[in-house]
Amino acid sequence: MNSVQQMMNWLNDPLNWTNPDGIVARLLEHLRLCGGALLLACLVAWPTGIALGRRGRGSGLVVALSNATQAIPVVALLTILPLTAVGFGARPVILALAVFAAPPLLATAHTGMREVDAEVRDAARGMGLSGWQLLWRVELPLGVPYLAAGLRTAAVQVVATAGLAALVNGGGLGMIVAAGFGLQSAGQILAGGLLIAGLALLVEALLAGVQRLVTPGSLRRI
Amino acid sequence: MSFLAQSAAANPWFSWAYLRTNADTIRALAVEHLSLTVEAVALAVVIGMPLAVLAYWVRPLTGPILASAGVLYTIPSLGLFSFIVPIFGLSRRTVLTGLVLYALLLVIRSAVTGLSQVPADVKEAASAMGYGRLSRLLRVELPLALPAVVTGVRLATVSTVALVTVGVLVGRGGFGQLIIGGFWNNFHKAPIAAGAVLCILLAVLLDLLLAGVGRLLTPWRRTGAGA
Repeated sequence: MNSVQQMMNWLNDPLNWTNPDGIVARLLEHLRLCGGALLLACLVAWPTGIALGRRGRGSGLVVALSNATQAIPVVALLTILPLTAVGFGARPVILALAVFAAPPLLATAHTGMREVDAEVRDAARGMGLSGWQLLWRVELPLGVPYLAAGLRTAAVQVVATAGLAALVNGGGLGMIVAAGFGLQSAGQILAGGLLIAGLALLVEALLAGVQRLVTPGSLRRI
Repeated sequence: MSFLAQSAAANPWFSWAYLRTNADTIRALAVEHLSLTVEAVALAVVIGMPLAVLAYWVRPLTGPILASAGVLYTIPSLGLFSFIVPIFGLSRRTVLTGLVLYALLLVIRSAVTGLSQVPADVKEAASAMGYGRLSRLLRVELPLALPAVVTGVRLATVSTVALVTVGVLVGRGGFGQLIIGGFWNNFHKAPIAAGAVLCILLAVLLDLLLAGVGRLLTPWRRTGAGA
């Protein structure tokens, strides 16, 4: 029996879906971890990126931050955080994932604000808009396509990275693959891999659609 | 736990004693980490550059080539590795294949960007001087695209160094073995910190090295403003 067939058999067993640590439970856990991480990253990165971008400052910082996080292995962060004051459980996983989601969010928010035409800003000021009105009515609407692009990158990254939490028993769909290695079950390993890959591609496709919807036609080239 | 005769053993993040007694293991893992990274990036360049040239020469293929590399890049590392395990088993080749597939997108994308940014009048001048398609590519277009290619290779190298650690899944994770091994060995902090720090050091070192190589390869860019 080859491994693809074993995978089909594993996926066809309803118990593998409904078990307490079955696919459904692991999927919900995966989405909870990712949602938490994304929310945390947005809450920190967007205001920072917008504030820095509006003042036209911090380009160096944004670039340095995204380069630095490239070099940090996810595995290291997932392992170190539980042993610090953060403690074990979902919190260190969410925090680690948020660290990797923040740079694309920060960079796109920054770019989005920088790309607002200075003349548009001038015109809005001339019409008597205050600082907050300028932000809410002019700059943010113009920056939405950039924010959406960053959200898509960050979300796909988080969904993909969350699989690695299983290496430190952190939950999520990766646990299926890890358990498969423990049981020496090629079918289960493959099934877990397929579920993780499928979820990442699905999120990518969905958010690409969202990004298209919120991007005006003339800007659809990013 | 006060009822125990002995208090808990010290578990510092950094310990010379650990590094000294495990120097051989660490050295072996360093060799594994470095060789996996270098081989993966080299293979990605060898496979990726012809694909990039193909995408550049045959316009209708640009989209499909970039898109398929992009899909490969989107597949999470854990998923990708578990697809390769049934083919190559728990071997070094499993990790290497996964690393190459990830590095491919970064190499191809940067090379295509670099090649398509060669000014049209430069290409025209080269053709007018009698360069054929291939010699124009080798002597005019590729050298001009080199800075972009070097940037792509640097990016691929740094992310590959970080990604090697995922190889712990099949027991070939370089410094990742120290990190995950320490975690499961009763949260022994010394190997975790050593693995993480060495991993980042390796990434920074290779990045600086490649930046230096890039400067040596493009002497004409050094005369103006420093890059």
